[in-house]
Amino acid sequence: MRVLVTGASGMLGRATVQGLLDRGEEVTVLQRRPAGLPCREVRGDVADPAVVGRAVAGQDAVLHLAAKVDVTGRWAEYARANVEGTRTVVDACRRAGVGRLVHVSSPSVAHGGSALVGVGAQPADPARARGNYSRSKAVAEQIALAADDAALAVLVVRPHLVWGPGDTQLVERIVERARAGRLPVIGSGAALIDTTYVDNAADALLAAVDACGPVHGEALVVSNGEPRPVAEVLDRLCRAAGVPGPARRVPFRAAWAAGGLVEAFWAATQRRDTPPLTRFLAEQLATAHWFDQRRTREALRWTPRVSLDDGFARLTRAYAAT
Amino acid sequence: MSVPTDLPAGLPGLDPAWSRRLTVADGTGTEHDWHLLDNGVTDPVGTLLCVHGNPTWSYLWRRLVAAAPPGWRVMAPDHLGMGFSERLPGPRPLAQRVADLGDLTAALGVTGPVITVGHDWGGVLSLGWALAHQEQLRGVVLGNTAVAMPEGDLGPALIRLAHAPGVRSVATVGTPLFVRATTALSSPRLPADVRDAFAAPYRTAARRRSVGDFVADIPFSTGHSSRAAQEAIAEGIRSLDVPALLLWGPRDPVFGERYLADLRERLPHAQLHRYEGASHLVPEDAPQYADAIAQWVTDLSTGRPPTDRPREPGAQQRGLGSALADRADDHSPAVVEVGGATVSWAQLHRRVEHLAAGLSAAGIRPGQRVALLVEPSVDLTAAVYAIWRAGAVIVVADKGLGLRGMRRALHSARVDAVVGGTPGLAAARAMRLTATRIAATALPAAAARALAVAHTLPELERVGSTAPAPPETDLDTDCAVLFTSGATGPAKGVVYTRRQAMAQLDLVGATYGLSPDDRLVAGFAPFALFGPALGIGSAVPDVDVTAPGSLTAAALADAAAAIDGTVVFASPAALRRVAATADELTGAQRTALGRVRLLMSAGAPVPLPLLRELRQVLPAAAAHTPYGMTEALPITDVCATEIEAAGPGNGVCVGRPLPGVEVRLSPLTATGAADGELTDTVGTTGEIAVRAAHVKDRYDALWATERAASRDPGWHRTGDVGHLDAEGRLWIEGRLPHAVTTAAGVVTPVGVEQRVELLETVTSAAVVGVGPAGAQVAVVVVVPADGVRRRAGFELADPALADAVRAAAGTEVAAVLVTGRLPVDIRHQSKIDRREVARQATRTLAGAQAHTR
Repeated sequence: MRVLVTGASGMLGRATVQGLLDRGEEVTVLQRRPAGLPCREVRGDVADPAVVGRAVAGQDAVLHLAAKVDVTGRWAEYARANVEGTRTVVDACRRAGVGRLVHVSSPSVAHGGSALVGVGAQPADPARARGNYSRSKAVAEQIALAADDAALAVLVVRPHLVWGPGDTQLVERIVERARAGRLPVIGSGAALIDTTYVDNAADALLAAVDACGPVHGEALVVSNGEPRPVAEVLDRLCRAAGVPGPARRVPFRAAWAAGGLVEAFWAATQRRDTPPLTRFLAEQLATAHWFDQRRTREALRWTPRVSLDDGFARLTRAYAAT
Repeated sequence: MSVPTDLPAGLPGLDPAWSRRLTVADGTGTEHDWHLLDNGVTDPVGTLLCVHGNPTWSYLWRRLVAAAPPGWRVMAPDHLGMGFSERLPGPRPLAQRVADLGDLTAALGVTGPVITVGHDWGGVLSLGWALAHQEQLRGVVLGNTAVAMPEGDLGPALIRLAHAPGVRSVATVGTPLFVRATTALSSPRLPADVRDAFAAPYRTAARRRSVGDFVADIPFSTGHSSRAAQEAIAEGIRSLDVPALLLWGPRDPVFGERYLADLRERLPHAQLHRYEGASHLVPEDAPQYADAIAQWVTDLSTGRPPTDRPREPGAQQRGLGSALADRADDHSPAVVEVGGATVSWAQLHRRVEHLAAGLSAAGIRPGQRVALLVEPSVDLTAAVYAIWRAGAVIVVADKGLGLRGMRRALHSARVDAVVGGTPGLAAARAMRLTATRIAATALPAAAARALAVAHTLPELERVGSTAPAPPETDLDTDCAVLFTSGATGPAKGVVYTRRQAMAQLDLVGATYGLSPDDRLVAGFAPFALFGPALGIGSAVPDVDVTAPGSLTAAALADAAAAIDGTVVFASPAALRRVAATADELTGAQRTALGRVRLLMSAGAPVPLPLLRELRQVLPAAAAHTPYGMTEALPITDVCATEIEAAGPGNGVCVGRPLPGVEVRLSPLTATGAADGELTDTVGTTGEIAVRAAHVKDRYDALWATERAASRDPGWHRTGDVGHLDAEGRLWIEGRLPHAVTTAAGVVTPVGVEQRVELLETVTSAAVVGVGPAGAQVAVVVVVPADGVRRRAGFELADPALADAVRAAAGTEVAAVLVTGRLPVDIRHQSKIDRREVARQATRTLAGAQAHTR
């Protein structure tokens, strides 16, 4: 099978491509920078129709991971990467007669700031999604699902908080802060959150490529299915990296207010680096986010291979090796 | 303001597809435009004709339309002038409205079997239709309603107020007060959108006209033009021989207990379910009414297999008083109050015979119900056996229920008489029981007047000494209504027949080898009541009966000495105190306890270490813990050595089913419903069902609860979850609603809790599920044994404790929380209230409440 993977340079993209290659698939990757993967590579902007058309041509399936993921930045940047990028990929699939598109989204597309306790995947809602990332991904998901028809099967997968060895996003940021003594627990730290070990997320994406067709036109949240209190997750990640876990506690209200101030300051000064705290982040770290995985596992015929405890052990070994 | 004359869109719970209109000519040829809800089933098995009252509309029945029994058509019209039917130029009297309903069903082509369903004034109207269509009537269902104004009754006070001419026009038509007030009666409070839906057809005075006319048509006075029609219906239903179901909200301030009693008197065969806590709008306050009706209707159309219950083997003709009668000439002690009265078998027998005759002479008839509000004593024992001897039924509601709980219980049991001490009679007055009051002891005249006492036991005994003895009673009549503890929701009345009670006594006697040579020390005082029926003497220790924890080893020993006791029965809480005070025993006291051959304890699991400790106090006693509940006791029995032999397992080992007792399990679904076929497969976890001659007859005034508990005819579903092992032993894993339904399967709490409690760092533990049914995660809440003072709130355990608990749990655990103390049920103060633990854990693990946008 010929599969195009967009956005293959991140941790999840790399793991997914590796999984496809291990299965003997013919893989093409598309991203701006060289990914250094042993497969055909098309380099360029995912919102550029010519580049995308070239990459999509002749594929059996497209796995669309490419996205701008951040907590700051102007809407226009997100709109181009996430909204236009998705529209371009969808159009290219249609023109090239590709039968299957797996669109990688985020659970945050469907939710405001309230606690999520064992919920399923609700419809993407740009009006409720918080922050430019989530809002743009919500619009993108709507575009992808609207394209689902007899000629093009579209399946949306929303992995939740993917982590693992080599993660420069979530894990490394947490560990850096903990090392600097600047990682507090926001609120009680008891909010249950789902996370996804990277190998499981990659497996789920592979399973989605296989399931796409018989299963289509819906969104599925992917997680390890092992929610844990957020303070415990932070503590385990830190311990795996050999740094002490969070020692301080900040009341949620204070963190939320501080997040607002930081956002205002970053906006006023047009800073481009990542702010230490936003309201969205404060909410994410203080409220429950865990999901009913029954439909996902049934639809994808997939179960996580690596348990949370195994994942922490692998992360510990990875840090010990560096 | 725009006024909808057609059904507005988006009313909660209402499918617009049910709404239809129809023009029907009445007897005068005048055409009327009707609106009704109709599930549109063609060629139906039968039709449910649902008739609303005033000032509601067919919206009231939306849940029943949605829950229609298979193959049944459900239709719910709006009366003319009401709901979204046409408005009328003037009043429409009762007889005309009954005829209107008939015109409507004729126009709709309703020809097959019909079951009427009525609420409020729709009760009378539906019964009017029923009487006019008896050839196709299959049954009647009534919610809170009244069909008659008992002589001298001024009508329900609130309706009466609305009836006053000046008030009526203002309250019912001129303002939406009546319309709004009706939905304000609900308990719990109705959501605003539902209240708005009820008010939707009545937004202007013009649209409310018939609301006022309906009230005016209630024939409070004998001269009222609708009085004859109403009386004809009220009397007519006495002749109805179709099945009847009454669904009642006892908190109704409009139609109170007397209206229910009136309906039951007119329809004596009616089945009844009281939804405790529900008020006038019972279809709103108890949404489960719809499933109850659907079940009842389905049972009527498909029939239920006959109840196949084992009976007492052999044609035994012994009654509850037989063992007492056997010893009528025996002058040895039958009942000893340590520090109080002693009565011999002969004395007790004579007293019971006289008292029974006195009760009969005072008008206590066989089958009547007598509540007992007397502290455990010789008087109580005599009263119980006399009530039975008179053919009447004892009603027992523990005062641990509190005044409110007792009030609910005794009203639902509809007691005819109350026997009480002074506090009991004062409580009866506070509970507004209208029953005949009988004082346990002679009272000063002023006190007797103040408490409205009709008789005293000494007086009845005196009267009875010369009155004729009552006839013997059929074994298949009721003998007791015993209320459950109310630890999980309102207390339920459990009815036993004499035959079932005898079967229980025989089983207890046979299981523990009881003979007339045994004497019982009732550490749990009410258990002393069993003595005379078992034919064994009994003694009650000299302690505060309301505080079982106050029983000391010395008090137990004194009671044992007083009657030369061989058998001790006590609750686990009492035994804990006995073990703790063993050091205070004198040599003589130790000798008395040394003669005890059998120790029984029930009510809650008895920990093995406690049983071991008790060997120091009762060295010769075999320690037995029967398993059972108010509805079936005992089911199994186990002794301490058997528990030790069984070792650890998934739950508490309660031993093997007793002879004649069958135990099966109803396997659980992924969402924790016990709807599997009964099985005795080893290792299958399910809801425990039991079948035996001594299981309860039924729940009282709880038709739907009884129907659910006896889903498998002849069996009683206990609400406990457990499994059978290869040795035939039963293990209890928890209560059905406490099962944790994870995506990977159901996890029961008791086994996990036991494993976690083995940790030295843990004092006690509770396992609960958090999240939606079928996708829950298990959470363990522990009280750590680190001596740190904590508040009752929940917080995260430290990593070391969390790791230890996870390692011990033997199941996937999402979070480990710690607390200073676990919530216990209000009633027992001993069983961990897992529902409350789950509620608090859910809140803790949801994190911050971020309603920030």
